[in-house]
Amino acid sequence: MQFKRFLPLFIFAGLFVVFIIGLTLNPREIPSAMINKPVPEFSLPPLKGDGVGLSNADLQDSENIIIINFFASWCGPCRVEHPSLEILGKMDGVKLFGIAYKDLPRNSISFLKSLGNPYAKVGTDLKGRTAIDWGVTGTPETFFIKNGIIRYQHIGPIYESQIAEKIAPIIKELKGETGS
Amino acid sequence: MRFLLPLLFIGLSLNAFAIGVDQKRLPDPVMEARAQHIMKELRCLVCQNQSIIDSDAELAGDLRAIVREQVAMGKNHEQIIEFMTSRYGDCILFDPPFKASNALLWLGPLFLLLIGGFLVFRTIRQSANSTKADPLSAEEEKRLKQIIEDRG
Repeated sequence: MQFKRFLPLFIFAGLFVVFIIGLTLNPREIPSAMINKPVPEFSLPPLKGDGVGLSNADLQDSENIIIINFFASWCGPCRVEHPSLEILGKMDGVKLFGIAYKDLPRNSISFLKSLGNPYAKVGTDLKGRTAIDWGVTGTPETFFIKNGIIRYQHIGPIYESQIAEKIAPIIKELKGETGS
Repeated sequence: MRFLLPLLFIGLSLNAFAIGVDQKRLPDPVMEARAQHIMKELRCLVCQNQSIIDSDAELAGDLRAIVREQVAMGKNHEQIIEFMTSRYGDCILFDPPFKASNALLWLGPLFLLLIGGFLVFRTIRQSANSTKADPLSAEEEKRLKQIIEDRG
């Protein structure tokens, strides 16, 4: 009887907790539709000169985990994220590629000159169409690929603290998988 | 003064073009209407409570351009929705299809309504019971019988 009397209070407390948790979630982190799909086809020009800077052919790598990072010089969080990318780019068995999103090549170049270039290759997505094919909603966003299949999508900057907590375990797990 | 009123009307009429924000519309009004209909169904993932037709985010502008392109290419409604959901998931739809993963979202309100309805029903029944009069005493029974007999 005593419990029944307080039932509405318990229901309220339960909802309160649910809503508080809901408020702390980041609405940008939409569930990814790209996981376990093959990488989309694309071919992007390089930062300098003609030809192909980066294409989906570069992502068909059976030996390395491929990381694709969408960035832009005008994007503040990308600067914050930059030290993390330097670390990821130097990891064994990992190849880091960059895609400059709606960024003038000369701005991307000076961005990478002043902060350092962690990318093995960079493609420029001036119109942002390739980003849409990847389901990107904004920069920075980072994809982890194994054998040409997208396995994980990180929305927003990768903070240095997240590397040990989240990113390194994911890379380790992907590397550990055998077979196809 | 003579110029002010026309200027005001011109100013007001500009609002009519505010929808869709961009300049590049499809030349065919039927196709443009079809494209705009689809745009209204798509959520802007940057400003999530706006459709891409209402949003001024750059991504929304790009997606509007894609919708127009695909309508012009002759793609149908389902094909364009499929293009969007294959990239951004059901999140991009204001009216997502019923699936196991979002069953709680669809059925939750109905479930809560049922619980609430049950509680209201029970409360009403309980209060109806509690206001019921006490049973008649032996003397009152006798009088009631008397009255009924007299009338009969």
